[in-house]
Amino acid sequence: MTGMPAIRLADVRKNFGATEIIRGVSLDVAGGERHAIIGPNGAGKTTLFNLISGRFPITAGSIELRGQRIDALPPQRINRLGLSRSFQITSIFPRLTVFENLRCALLWSRGYRYSFWHLLPRARALNEATEALLRDLNLAERHDLPAGLLSYAEQRALEIGMTVAGGASVILLDEPTAGMSHSETEYAVALIRRVTEGKTLLMVEHDMRVVFDLADTITVLVYGRVIASGPPSAIRADRAVQEAYLGAMAA
Amino acid sequence: MTRRSAIIWLTLLAVAIVLPWLFYDFAHHRPAGFVISMLSQMGMMIILALSYNMLLGQAGLFSLCHATFFGFGGYSTIHFLNAAGAGELPVPTELMPLLAGLSGLGLAIVFGAMATKQRATAFAMITLGIGELVATAALMFHHFFGGEGGVSTDRMIDQSLFGLSYASGIQVYYLIVGWTFVAALLMWLQTMTPLGRMANACRDNFERAQFMGYDPRIVRFLQFCLAGFFAGIGGGLYAITYEIVTFDAVAAPLSANALLMAYIGGNMVFVGPVLGAVLITLLQSGVSLMSNSWLIYVGVLFIAMVTFAPAGITGIIMAHGPVWRAGRLSRLILPYLRLVVPGIATVAGFVGMVELLSFLTIGAAAGKHLVLFGSPIDANTAAPWAIAIVLLVVGTVWLRFEARYFARVWESVAGSVEARA
Ligand SMILES: Nc1ncnc2c1ncn2[C@@H]1O[C@H](COP(=O)(O)OP(=O)(O)O)[C@@H](O)[C@H]1O
Ligand SMILES: [Mg+2]
Repeated sequence: MTGMPAIRLADVRKNFGATEIIRGVSLDVAGGERHAIIGPNGAGKTTLFNLISGRFPITAGSIELRGQRIDALPPQRINRLGLSRSFQITSIFPRLTVFENLRCALLWSRGYRYSFWHLLPRARALNEATEALLRDLNLAERHDLPAGLLSYAEQRALEIGMTVAGGASVILLDEPTAGMSHSETEYAVALIRRVTEGKTLLMVEHDMRVVFDLADTITVLVYGRVIASGPPSAIRADRAVQEAYLGAMAA
Repeated sequence: MTRRSAIIWLTLLAVAIVLPWLFYDFAHHRPAGFVISMLSQMGMMIILALSYNMLLGQAGLFSLCHATFFGFGGYSTIHFLNAAGAGELPVPTELMPLLAGLSGLGLAIVFGAMATKQRATAFAMITLGIGELVATAALMFHHFFGGEGGVSTDRMIDQSLFGLSYASGIQVYYLIVGWTFVAALLMWLQTMTPLGRMANACRDNFERAQFMGYDPRIVRFLQFCLAGFFAGIGGGLYAITYEIVTFDAVAAPLSANALLMAYIGGNMVFVGPVLGAVLITLLQSGVSLMSNSWLIYVGVLFIAMVTFAPAGITGIIMAHGPVWRAGRLSRLILPYLRLVVPGIATVAGFVGMVELLSFLTIGAAAGKHLVLFGSPIDANTAAPWAIAIVLLVVGTVWLRFEARYFARVWESVAGSVEARA
């Protein structure tokens, strides 16, 4: 099975009404790779995530997860195949405690499904795994706090935790460090590195230090099209990228 | 289950068992019939309210047809009892509520499949339609529903696990206690299951649940079915108690009552609906004896709760928890005391107005005499009207003033508690 990409997009297009937002994106993400997508605001990065994770149907093209077509599947089915995503705008369960948020994220992968005959307080292994993840996220002290009351950076950490909790092998993170201070970003990067160890990571990121620090491969998306894709050194040297994007950032 | 919750559950059970004997009727050497029937009613309403809250509070589903499943369980039980009485159904009385629950479940599977495809407003609309549909059917299809007169039975089917005849109200009451205990306990345990927790999760953010492997529709559907099952049990007890089930048991006012009880008691805490059911039943049994207008009072109470205490009575109590733990509760005593007099004035003025009006329209024609707060009153003189209006106006203005003072103190106390935490 070597050589088969974790994610393969072939000429994916997406229209909202008459406007074409994703205009023929083809992209391979190799298994185990850390792949960053960069591009200006409104380029369609989040939309691309929404298409891959099944939030919106695609207009044309195809999306494969480890060789299996997923572009007509609902989000929960794609998730069960081992793809999990985070949200640019934090998406948690605000009235549930931090612990419950994480435990919910673990439930399906641990085989509990829609059970109404298991008592969660007695699910030892599940609770221990949740506690371990909570410690890993440095949220152990927030155990019983309603998640809606966490600080912004803590909510972002929880968001990442909920994304990786189910043990998916392909992780999509949408701007995980956006709005964070310098030290918070450093902490988040270390966290991401740790929890995505051995997994395929596809992330949207604006902070160039993070991108060049974390990513094995970078794809530049501008106006719904891929204008460049390759290792960081090549992207840094790419004239088109500099003009379209990096240059604009530096200016 | 922890030791603490076991103690609470067993205490409540003990209270329910002992309660009728505290109202002993010495003339007839048995607990007072009035109290038994009120407590029996409470049991059924507790099941109705708790099962409703599986939707409203736990799943964020605003159902307007919960009585449908309660009533259907009731109608079915009448037929089960009749069949048993005719020797065609060898099921003891004690297990009839289980059959009622299964009937409720069956209907909930059918209607749940339609309603739970949607959520939020669309869900509410569909359940409104379902409620009306079944209520209409209850008047149209006589074989099952008996039309306007309903269907009736004799609960003494002579089939009992414990050799009981269920001739007396107290025996039926203990059957209700048993089933209310079991149903409430199961509903409580259900909140701790994966389904129960994911119902909470989908209530908070159904979309995120999808990206964790769950189909929110299936969560809603299963939750709806279980709620229908428990509502059916309540309806079964209703049928056994009254031996007749009519249109009222499936009609919209009972669905509204379920909502009222869950909301007034508080839908964010498990015991909230229990409190609501007890309170509303007390109002129903107590106030309805004293006044024709009791529904108006319940309605006003509901509006007041929605406006000022959306988390219900349990929500109000819970809000005091942190203040109490911080030892600051004493600072609230004065503000509370200052609410008492204007509060009483407002309520008295309002009750006076309602009673005077209702007396003029209904009571006088029936040749009754108006008695308000213990004294006879002539509604055709100006004085009682003037007093009621003055009480209402002055009370309201004064109450608003005191409420502002209360809010200021509350903010400062709650603020200081938060700062310490
Ligand atoms: N659900 C939607 N309906 C209509 N237009 C949308 C929707 N989602 C995104 N868009 C549009 O698609 C474009 C790309 O948005 P987005 O993918 O969020 O960009 P990025 O994440 O790269 O900043 C924007 O112009 C945005 O307005
Ligand atoms: Mg975006």
